[in-house]
Amino acid sequence: MEAKPLSVDEKAVHDETASFLQDRLEGGFDFGLANRNALLVSQGMKLPKFTKTGTTIAGLVFDKGVVLGADTRATAGPIVAQKNCEKIHYIAPNIYCCGAGTAADTENVTEMISSQLTLMRLNTNTQSRVVMALTRLKRYLFRYMGYVSAALVLGGVDSTGPHLHTVWPHGSTTTLPYVTMGSGSLAAMAVFEKNYTRKENINEEQAMELVKQAILSGIHNDLGSGSNVDLCVITKEKTDFHRNIFKTQIPHKKDYRYEFKRGDTQILKRDVVQFEADDYDKQAWNVAFKQTGKKQQSSKP
Amino acid sequence: MSRGWMPYQNNGGTSIALAGKDYAIIAADRRLSVGYSIQTRESSKITKLTDKAVLASCGMQADRHTLHSVLTSRMQMYQLEHGKEMSTHAVSEMLSRTLYYRRFFVYYTFNILAGIDNKGEGFVYSYDAVGSFEAQKHAVNGDGGVLAVPMLDNFVMKKHRQLEDKTKEMTKDEALRLIKNTLNAVVEREITTGDAADIYVITKEGTTHEIFQLRKD
Repeated sequence: MEAKPLSVDEKAVHDETASFLQDRLEGGFDFGLANRNALLVSQGMKLPKFTKTGTTIAGLVFDKGVVLGADTRATAGPIVAQKNCEKIHYIAPNIYCCGAGTAADTENVTEMISSQLTLMRLNTNTQSRVVMALTRLKRYLFRYMGYVSAALVLGGVDSTGPHLHTVWPHGSTTTLPYVTMGSGSLAAMAVFEKNYTRKENINEEQAMELVKQAILSGIHNDLGSGSNVDLCVITKEKTDFHRNIFKTQIPHKKDYRYEFKRGDTQILKRDVVQFEADDYDKQAWNVAFKQTGKKQQSSKP
Repeated sequence: MSRGWMPYQNNGGTSIALAGKDYAIIAADRRLSVGYSIQTRESSKITKLTDKAVLASCGMQADRHTLHSVLTSRMQMYQLEHGKEMSTHAVSEMLSRTLYYRRFFVYYTFNILAGIDNKGEGFVYSYDAVGSFEAQKHAVNGDGGVLAVPMLDNFVMKKHRQLEDKTKEMTKDEALRLIKNTLNAVVEREITTGDAADIYVITKEGTTHEIFQLRKD
């Protein structure tokens, strides 16, 4: 039986729906709510803040490898969301990546490229090359036109030597002997420009100290960066991840315990409900708390 | 297409004050910031107007500087005309009027006036940008103010606490300790507050001033 040809209106709706579904099938961002959001903003709604990493990140090539450094403060607007987060992400045993920008974006994009490289290593049985991570990252970010807000410092050592690159949110990359990114990049770069010497003339200890000073400059002079310094040293032989190699101190620590005694908060009503756990729950509980099969008593509030 | 020109700027910071039976403590941090940069770590937000009244202003540094200059001149003029220092009640009213005078081009300052009154009791007055004010037991202002409120509500006002003796007054040392620990707590979580803080303790005997070091990151 012949299909009835669609009228003009029906065809338009059909085409629009088909392309809409096609986009969803292929993955990618769904901008369906963009108009609604714009309307709400014009009516006074506040958009939620993304956790950004404010951030100072830096990288340096020395005679035998690369040193990557990062601060540890994550901000949501003017508030510190995390005082000690990790901004140096694992890509491969010989490749690490510092991330600035939207925290979710840097985390997810580095994890994704890391899995892709793991699969590559399983397939080829060879060490990953830094340019592989670089190309995958830049192609992905360019495809998303800067909407994935990740500014990265990618560094590692492979069979072709030490490499250090920056990747910008829109997908461009640079290859340099020393780099900084993030809101504290100017403070860190000032330290680098003053003290950098050619890679043949700088050894691992000096390189670590220089990167540490650059990150500290960002921590002290940029409000978006703070707390502690993380370093990662990568050479042909080894990779050392120095978490919190330097911690900023509080000049006067809290000197009093502000405690609330039991009963300070008014209890209006108390209801105790005994759950009868089935066998599976009991087993899980026992395993988790290394008990024998005794029934758990609820402790008195 | 242009965004226009704004006459105002937020230089960040926090101020806290609390009043006791015979003392008042007022504190404000010393960091001046614009956007993500620090302009200076040593900018005081506090001016001592008389031996008994101290003023702290958060908001825009330029307006704060002008406002404090205007008030200081007025204090001196009063002293010369009347042969005595302005009473604290008069100071609080004068500040209110000075702010309202600029109702249509406001001083971008959020003020707290703290000290001891003529009877020797501690007071804290908290102002909005156009001069509306109210006496309170404790007050906060600035970007980090909201982070300090829960600590003060709990340990000064003892709100929601069943076991605490609400009639027992806080001693001056307990209050000073609370202010310092509250400042540390705010500095941990708010980026425009930090570096150091001016802490003024006002009693019948006089006013002491301390610079309390805070995190500089």
